[in-house]
Amino acid sequence: MSTFTLDGKAIPFREGETIMQAALDAGVYIPHLCHRPGYAPHGSCKVCTSSVDGRNAASCTTRARDGMKVETNTPELADMRRALVEMLFAEGNHTCPACEKSGDCELQAVGYHVGMDHSRFDHFFPARDLDASHPDVLLDRNRCILCDLCVRASRDVDGKRVFAIAGRGIRSRLVVNSASGRLGDTSLAVTDAALRVCPVGALLPKRRAYQVPIGKRTFDLKPVSEVAVTEARRVKEQSRG
Amino acid sequence: MDPAEAVDRAVARYGAEAPRLLAMLHAVQASLGCVPAEALDRLAAALRLTRAEVEGSASFYHLLHAKPHGQYEILFSDNVIDHMAGKPELMRYFCDELLIQPGKQSEDGLVFVDSTSDIGLADQAPGALVNGVLVPSLDRNRLDLIANLIREQRPFAQWPQTLFEVPDNVRKGGPLVGEPFAPGAGLRRALAMGPDAILAELEAASLRGRGGAGYKTAAKWGSCRKAQGRAHYVVCNADEGEPGTFKDRVLLASHADLVFEGMTIAARVLGAKSGYLYLRGEYRCLADRLRTVRTRRRATNLLGKDILGTPGFDFDVEIVLGAGAYICGEESALIESLEGKPGRPRNRPPYPDTQGYLGQPTVVNNVETYACAARILERGGAWFAGLGTRDSTGTKLLSVSGDCKRPGVYEYPFGVTLRQVLADCGAQQPQAVQVGGPSGTCVPWREFDRRVCFEDVPSAGAMMVFSRSRDMFEVARNFTHFFAHESCGFCTPCRVGTSLLRNTMDKLAAGKGSAYDMERMQMLMRVLQSMSHCGLGHTAAKPVVQTMQVFPEAYERRLRNLSYEPSFDLDAALETARLITRRDDEWAHIVSEEP
Repeated sequence: MSTFTLDGKAIPFREGETIMQAALDAGVYIPHLCHRPGYAPHGSCKVCTSSVDGRNAASCTTRARDGMKVETNTPELADMRRALVEMLFAEGNHTCPACEKSGDCELQAVGYHVGMDHSRFDHFFPARDLDASHPDVLLDRNRCILCDLCVRASRDVDGKRVFAIAGRGIRSRLVVNSASGRLGDTSLAVTDAALRVCPVGALLPKRRAYQVPIGKRTFDLKPVSEVAVTEARRVKEQSRG
Repeated sequence: MDPAEAVDRAVARYGAEAPRLLAMLHAVQASLGCVPAEALDRLAAALRLTRAEVEGSASFYHLLHAKPHGQYEILFSDNVIDHMAGKPELMRYFCDELLIQPGKQSEDGLVFVDSTSDIGLADQAPGALVNGVLVPSLDRNRLDLIANLIREQRPFAQWPQTLFEVPDNVRKGGPLVGEPFAPGAGLRRALAMGPDAILAELEAASLRGRGGAGYKTAAKWGSCRKAQGRAHYVVCNADEGEPGTFKDRVLLASHADLVFEGMTIAARVLGAKSGYLYLRGEYRCLADRLRTVRTRRRATNLLGKDILGTPGFDFDVEIVLGAGAYICGEESALIESLEGKPGRPRNRPPYPDTQGYLGQPTVVNNVETYACAARILERGGAWFAGLGTRDSTGTKLLSVSGDCKRPGVYEYPFGVTLRQVLADCGAQQPQAVQVGGPSGTCVPWREFDRRVCFEDVPSAGAMMVFSRSRDMFEVARNFTHFFAHESCGFCTPCRVGTSLLRNTMDKLAAGKGSAYDMERMQMLMRVLQSMSHCGLGHTAAKPVVQTMQVFPEAYERRLRNLSYEPSFDLDAALETARLITRRDDEWAHIVSEEP
């Protein structure tokens, strides 16, 4: 089997796999937000940026090559990665203490993982829409980080194409597929994969907010690095079985 | 016309094909004055897209809008060169004349005024797009005339044509813009020698792409030719959006035969049947001239079936109009846009030469590159290689603007010194030249002996001249506004970073900057340069990095103190509380101490 090195450790991979896939399979976590095992690689959050043979590239979209040298835990990259997460916090309206996704939120978990204790950047405090029109689902754009996971899940898994990203630049926004522009008029169901893959609290099932108390949630129990590796293995076994 | 009818007409005209979405959106806007929500649903149904996808495309492009912009739309070009020529004052004057505010349709629904990114008229600044048509050299007289035409509601088709005359301003010609060309001269030789010999000729010429990256044309065409696919495509990148660049405007307006001919030669090499000329939306007024040249070439069998009597060599070019997005100058974003999608750069590899338009092998080259290819096939690779320097052969078109007596297009062999260009254009006490636009290089006066070529200062063609009286901080600040406006929003570093950079530069300009802000900008620059998805993000911080290095005093004198300065105004933040409590006394205010 071919291998590459990731921060000095040999990582085996199969032809066609990305650095991210191979690393997770080998039990090595590279921080990420827009990647999810089983979904088409997207490469937009750039949190997984690594140095690949001396050139920076997103680990989730770069194919592994035999003998390549990947570095992801350098002090320089760690600092920039933290800045990137801080930028996401500055861009939207993220109020962890008041958010029901707290403890289950990947943005928050990755924030802890990269050692973020505040945002160095001035917050934008954007005015964004909240859509509560759906009987079972809340769409809160304040917390959306434009990772495109719900777009991919709805299209590739649910077969519905409920979501798309509209606008440009800092005015990019998540839109839904209905004439009214409201979530309640789309075909989204609370059981859809699109809901489950949201890494933040942008898409939430209603009436479940505190069924699991704070302190007993996903990332309260295990660090994000462990959760991500377990999830990757689960998906891999599922695709085999 | 109602939205349903407008959509049905557009679909009937272009066919119910998703890649034609952008053309249909243009057509709908032409009928209705905007692209309203009702049109999105009907377009989606006709093209078997979702409404959300159609909305995604329609809302991506700056020149398409969901709300009406009135009978008359005036968009002032916002490049720093326009600013230097008085754009902010002129726009204010014009708005006052018509009693309107920028960005808002007038209450009578008659007129809409706003700013737009550079429109390709830096040699005739300040310029504007009036109902989508280029209007150069604005001054109070011309704006008075426009205001009067609007007040008397003269139909746009009856406006005096003198407003829309755009001279080429070719100041120094060469093989591209200064010498006559007999249509077919290059193509005839190309057809006689065959594809392999054409590639050999380009190789002998050492032709490199003129769009900026400088990739060898022979290598690009050669690898695309080898790639397997259902069809091969030839694409001309006429999305000339780099602020300060306008040489393609001149090539397309007056030398389009060279461009079509280069594309046809590429088609011969690749075995392509279809070509696309992606014209930036701001150059819409050039489309008719291009169609005229195309019609003539079809009539003389230089396009169409069995070209010049070569059995089976069929090729034609479709002109596709962009809609206001600088990012579409990036080749994979351009291809996305050609397919009717938002212009977001793709993950690469794969590169277009193997998987481009509709996933098929595609060559994308700049307007000027095709013009060069036509001349090379006409006159030979050795002739071309004899011009310029070892690694940069041939001539280069430069778009010269700013503080000089003779702005316009200059054609030089590669390797010309900036000093030479500055002397020829009559530069006035230049302190710096921005070569290659905002994403290029800022060259200060002490380095004017540097040369324009891939070995030294590479350039897609823009040269903006700044005299000693100009504030280089303001130049950089204008460029940060440009990048923030044009970021596609796909990746985090560029989407957020360009806006943060712009905001920080604005904070400094307002006299509220501190050393802390400078540190933070350094961090932003590192993140942008090393983590962005494409060239826009990689270069977005360059104007700030370079001016900070070369003109540090322009920044330092704006710093209020050396530690921290809040970006918000404490006193202004209390305004709501004052309104609620109905207080406005001394104790209801926080007075910040002036330094």
